[in-house]
Amino acid sequence: MFPPVLVLAAVAGGTALGAAALASARWPYRSPGAAILLWQALGLSWGLAAVGALAALGAVPGEHGVAGGALSGAARAIRSAALGFGPPALIAAARLAVLAASAALFALLVWVLLAASAAVLVARRRHRILLSLLAHGDPKVPGALVVDHPAAAAYCVPGLRSRIVISAGTLDLLDSAELAAVLAHERAHLRARHDLVLLPFSALGRAFPRARLVCQAHATVALLVEMLADDRALRQRPARELATALLRVGTSGAGLAPSGALAAASAADAEMTTRVARLLAPQARLPRHVQALVCCTAALLVAVPVTLLLFSF
Amino acid sequence: MDVLWDSTEPLTVRQVGLRLTNRDLAHTTVMTVLDRLAKKGFARRQRDGRAWRYQAAANREAYVTELMLHALDQTGDRSAALASFARRVSDSEAEVLRRALESIGEVPRD
Repeated sequence: MFPPVLVLAAVAGGTALGAAALASARWPYRSPGAAILLWQALGLSWGLAAVGALAALGAVPGEHGVAGGALSGAARAIRSAALGFGPPALIAAARLAVLAASAALFALLVWVLLAASAAVLVARRRHRILLSLLAHGDPKVPGALVVDHPAAAAYCVPGLRSRIVISAGTLDLLDSAELAAVLAHERAHLRARHDLVLLPFSALGRAFPRARLVCQAHATVALLVEMLADDRALRQRPARELATALLRVGTSGAGLAPSGALAAASAADAEMTTRVARLLAPQARLPRHVQALVCCTAALLVAVPVTLLLFSF
Repeated sequence: MDVLWDSTEPLTVRQVGLRLTNRDLAHTTVMTVLDRLAKKGFARRQRDGRAWRYQAAANREAYVTELMLHALDQTGDRSAALASFARRVSDSEAEVLRRALESIGEVPRD
């Protein structure tokens, strides 16, 4: 039996490699839902394994897995430091150091998520108040709010009191069929709470803007979520309406973007081209058994670190 | 809020109520709404004898601009607060996409 620390370190390394491979894979475009599940599992598994590997380094063998071992390891090291007996001081200090690093990493990840959630809630609340002061309904887009501004914008404010917002510029730009496709797309986002899927990835992306893999993961999941909403909208509207709506809104502001946003623009280019191509020339979804395999992989990815953290063998 | 935006001078609660002719609102309702707008920073108020006079903290356009800046987040690190339907593309890409639009038999509109 391998020691847990090796398995956890291998899982942490493996999930990072897997994420890099998944970021450049093309099959996720065929079944975005399954791919998103795999991304979530990779992220969760990496977090648990990284925290767990550090904890396992400082843990003592015990009954309750790495988590229990880490707690008794910390207790033993502190006791020996206080009473002056037990393992040599150097070992006790090293044990405390890795356990502290493990706890710090865990706290950092939790903090990043909580801080991002709070920031998002505050921003949304402010946005909703402004909307209630400025926006009005319009019979052309039932259920959506209209803001009088010439630029083309269509978006949703997710949350318990969700809103779909269309700018006056978009109303002028799109015909009624395209508007219906936009509304179907935005309603899909709101109904499936895609914002909750995206939140952890965007939180990590903002907290570690220099970590390429984290930013790649965020961009990829953001694109997959859009594809999921596109697919959902296709159940009600023809692909052509959605594609032309995308093209019109996407190209309407060209030339207006500030020059500082070049990197963002090239990322947006690739994203929009992929979405439009996918709508105009759809590919078959992944076969059922492949999707099932992806889901099983996701479950396994999370189950391994959780098992090692909670149970001893 | 529209009443405050349309007025050039600070208004009392009574004046605001009088201008909301299309709705039959109680004096206290108007007072509560104005009080909340002031607390949230959308309106400024000053004492005038025994009454408060209210005026908009910023004009309507400034708030619309704030909304749209948030919505058309050009910085690339799209915040998770909103979900945009489409992203702005660069000029060269817009040309490619317009051609795609033409190829499926649609004339691009601007």
